[in-house]
Amino acid sequence: MNWHDPLRADVLPHLKSGDWLTLLFGGIGVAILALTLWSGELADHAVIRSGGKIFLEVSLSRDRQIEVPGPLGVSIVTIEKRRARISSDPSPRQYCVRQGWLQQAGEVAICLPNEVSVELTGSRKKYDSLNY
Amino acid sequence: MVSKNQGRETEQMLEPALSTIDPPIATHHSPGTSILLASTAEDHHIARMAAVALGLAVLENAIPSPLPGVKPGLANIVTLIVLARYGWRVAAWVSLLRVVAGSLLFGNFLAPGFFLSLSGAVLSLIVLAAAQHLPTRWFGPVSHSIYAAFAHIAGQMAVVYLWLIPHAGIAYLIPIFAAAALVFGAVNGVIAARFMNNAAERFSRSDGRQD
Repeated sequence: MNWHDPLRADVLPHLKSGDWLTLLFGGIGVAILALTLWSGELADHAVIRSGGKIFLEVSLSRDRQIEVPGPLGVSIVTIEKRRARISSDPSPRQYCVRQGWLQQAGEVAICLPNEVSVELTGSRKKYDSLNY
Repeated sequence: MVSKNQGRETEQMLEPALSTIDPPIATHHSPGTSILLASTAEDHHIARMAAVALGLAVLENAIPSPLPGVKPGLANIVTLIVLARYGWRVAAWVSLLRVVAGSLLFGNFLAPGFFLSLSGAVLSLIVLAAAQHLPTRWFGPVSHSIYAAFAHIAGQMAVVYLWLIPHAGIAYLIPIFAAAALVFGAVNGVIAARFMNNAAERFSRSDGRQD
């Protein structure tokens, strides 16, 4: 008995031709989704939000440090070599700091307790808004 | 093979529920004040199916998931079987009862998790209402299951985006969820189809009739 015997007996008889078609188109759909949503572009701008509102929109071309005030204190966003990171934050678990450098459009670091986030955007925004 | 074992389990759990439908139970009158809800055999049947689905949901809750939201959705096997055998209306009852009773069981009634389940279930049911009219010669439970799984994840992502995390970043998770929906949808569909074919075979063998 080899490995595909149970497959032949238990799975294949239950698939009709339309089911194969559904599987095929489903697979193609997933592949298209992955290709379009994961085509990472290098970012050129960073959008810094505080308390849900846009605090600052900066270009990544110039290295600088930005201090962003939040309810817990000041978070520091560092921009260097066309990358951005949150280098200091008063949140207890430091998730956003440990996330490290962000480089690609769409990458985001969020400090929830201090309500500060940094999101990178590409040269052309692919969509104005998303809906499902 | 995991799916095979799960299929057996479903079979065993579903078998008594599918084969017997009780007549309306005689409600005994207590002498004091009592509220009597007239319940039909169909009500009992729906409740029994929902209970089986609940059992699967609890079982599945014990399986660790790599990413919140990526779940096999075993309870949907029951929905698929009920849809094929008793029609959309009964399937909708079973599915929605499972969502509500499940949330009471897991303690997240009216919490975000409940609305995620609900939106997924409702959109799945809408899609199933259309999918059940596909020609049965070519399309079986596997197709139904895959369409419902995609609808489920679409409903959940809509709630996540419109309410919980209104941020375009969640778009990065969509391919993962979609791939999981395709795989688990297909597996659940095969389990449901296999269960129904087996049950039909046994039925025709023992009874000499076709199901």
